[in-house]
Amino acid sequence: MKLSQLSRKQKKMLVRIISGIVLLAAAFIITHFAEPPKLAEAALFLLPFIVAGYDVVWRAVRNIGHGQVFDENFLMTLATIGAMAVGEYSEGAAVMLFYQVGELFQNIATANSRRSVAELMDIRPDTAAVVRNGETLTVDPSEVAVGETIVIKPGEKVPLDCIVKVGSGSVNTAALTGESLPREVSEGSEVLSGCINLTGTLTCTTTKPFGESTVSKILELVENASSKKARAENFITKFARIYTPAVVAGAVLLAFIPPLAGGGSFTEWIMRALNFLVVSCPCALVISVPLSFFGGIGGASREGVLIKGGNYMETLSNAQTAVFDKTGTLTKGEFSVKKITPHGCTEEELLKLAAAAESGSNHPIAQSLAKAAGEIALPEISEYTELAGRGISCICGGKKVFAGNGRLMEQEGISYDKSPISGTAVHIAADGVYMGVIEIGDTLKSNSVKTISELRALGVKTVILTGDSKAAGEAAAKSLGVDEVYTELMPEDKVVCTEKLIKETRGRSKNGSVVFVGDGINDAPVLSRADVGIAMGAAGSDAAIEAADIVLMDDDPSKLITAFKISRRTLNIVRQNIVLALAIKALVLVTSALGITNMWAAVFADVGVAVLAILNAMRALRKIK
Amino acid sequence: MAMVKKVYNMEDLDCANCARKMQDAICKLEGVSSCDINFMMQKMTLEFDDAEQAKIVKAVKKCVKKVEPDCTVLFD
Repeated sequence: MKLSQLSRKQKKMLVRIISGIVLLAAAFIITHFAEPPKLAEAALFLLPFIVAGYDVVWRAVRNIGHGQVFDENFLMTLATIGAMAVGEYSEGAAVMLFYQVGELFQNIATANSRRSVAELMDIRPDTAAVVRNGETLTVDPSEVAVGETIVIKPGEKVPLDCIVKVGSGSVNTAALTGESLPREVSEGSEVLSGCINLTGTLTCTTTKPFGESTVSKILELVENASSKKARAENFITKFARIYTPAVVAGAVLLAFIPPLAGGGSFTEWIMRALNFLVVSCPCALVISVPLSFFGGIGGASREGVLIKGGNYMETLSNAQTAVFDKTGTLTKGEFSVKKITPHGCTEEELLKLAAAAESGSNHPIAQSLAKAAGEIALPEISEYTELAGRGISCICGGKKVFAGNGRLMEQEGISYDKSPISGTAVHIAADGVYMGVIEIGDTLKSNSVKTISELRALGVKTVILTGDSKAAGEAAAKSLGVDEVYTELMPEDKVVCTEKLIKETRGRSKNGSVVFVGDGINDAPVLSRADVGIAMGAAGSDAAIEAADIVLMDDDPSKLITAFKISRRTLNIVRQNIVLALAIKALVLVTSALGITNMWAAVFADVGVAVLAILNAMRALRKIK
Repeated sequence: MAMVKKVYNMEDLDCANCARKMQDAICKLEGVSSCDINFMMQKMTLEFDDAEQAKIVKAVKKCVKKVEPDCTVLFD
């Protein structure tokens, strides 16, 4: 912490505190060597008290005029002036000074953490260089319309989502995805706002207004995250509401009941009661719990994990079951034709028919068929219909063609090749005659196996839900090592399965939650039904960002582990802070009531604990190992 | 009743417990359906009846002043 980082207000406070300390020390020395009369002693200690605490007293007076009885300033003033009134001059002055030191520390710690989080979210581009009438103008990104041309120089942030028109180079997507490896871009590549252009000047056409660009979406999401509160936060809010009045009431009782009952002098019990007033602010809790979540969410966003609220973080930390969509989530979703098995026609004829039938779809399977067909000229099709979860139908060359899974064939009453295959089978039939099957395979993502084994090591049950065939699903499940696999599911079956898993998980542990991880395509219902819906690879996909509770910005499934670990750590910090603050406050209340500790301990329990809790909360922001 | 949601920046919001108290008080105002004060971001998210804006802004200012007189909400 450098002195230059302090704000003007903080510096002023520091000067006041130092002068206060000097004056207090002087007062101690004078009273120690000379024995001044009571009045002079009071004046000596009143000086540092006023220097250090005049603003507290002033705010107390002003706020009490507004009827704020439980105001921190008022209670502090009451406690310290009370101490002086009963003759404890040095204690009153020292405690006020100590309180201000604590407040200053707390202020600095909060400002620091605010700065760290702000730095973390410093992905907002300040300007955009837009080309208008042949001139390059520097404008605010929000003033750039869709379809305008912008120029991005090396080292600059991409201001709006755009497509490269001229130029090539590499961009750093770390701010969005947490991925440090630069991405190569060239003409026609989509570039997301918030990335940093590393090499080569890019001339791009904007595709979205600033407000809808990725960077705005992310910032909005992270900033709004604090409104979705975790249970722990709601508990603190409720607790804070009753804590101060309860402690103040305790103070009143303590001041009057024991002396009236003949348990000692008023002076002694009032001193003890004043300690209560000092401990009565729930600030440590009220700051540190939201701050921990804020830090956790901020830290996660740096890793390319966007968490929409503390509540989701809390639920994720309790995950007992992780349910995965297979295709595009654990596998690359890059399909290729593995095997062609024709029935009564040539391989090329079968591939041609299949590719033609699927030519109206942009499903990965259709794309792989188109790729395999390559240069082969495809016949025209008409009446193209997608049959969800089964395949497609169309008219091709005057024949009614069905292309899809075994279920489609059964539904159409066509007998087909049922021999098991490990990939996805596309069965083809024309005018009710079975033409053969094309096997399409997918490859696992490099981190899928590691993700599953780490989850299992963390005690999380893993499940795959897939629309693929039993053979394909089970083969993938086996190579990944997941606990359970459900295959041949329609989108609505996935919801039913998820509900079943939620029930089962609750049966095992009351707070256990079910996480669903999908690639955001076709799984919106499951994303919202699961306790926590996680969409992955969402850089750019608005629908997925919308539907999910947590968004993994790139395609790497191991980011789930990162999200999980950050959530667990954050929740641990939250628990530590709650326990730490409550325990110290309770301890000091008890020892104050018994007359064991003095007001110094009480100030520590107030501001000292707040500073400790803030420092602890800042750990949530750190990178996860 | 047309509800609108707006975010306002706040200045000199120095105490988290005060932020909570303000939030509690503002939530209870007539015409306000929700209020969330983010102490870290120094921002207030307010959802209120658009037709009553002038009245609500005044009431919100009063709530804020009452709890923390130095703090201001930057209504545009």
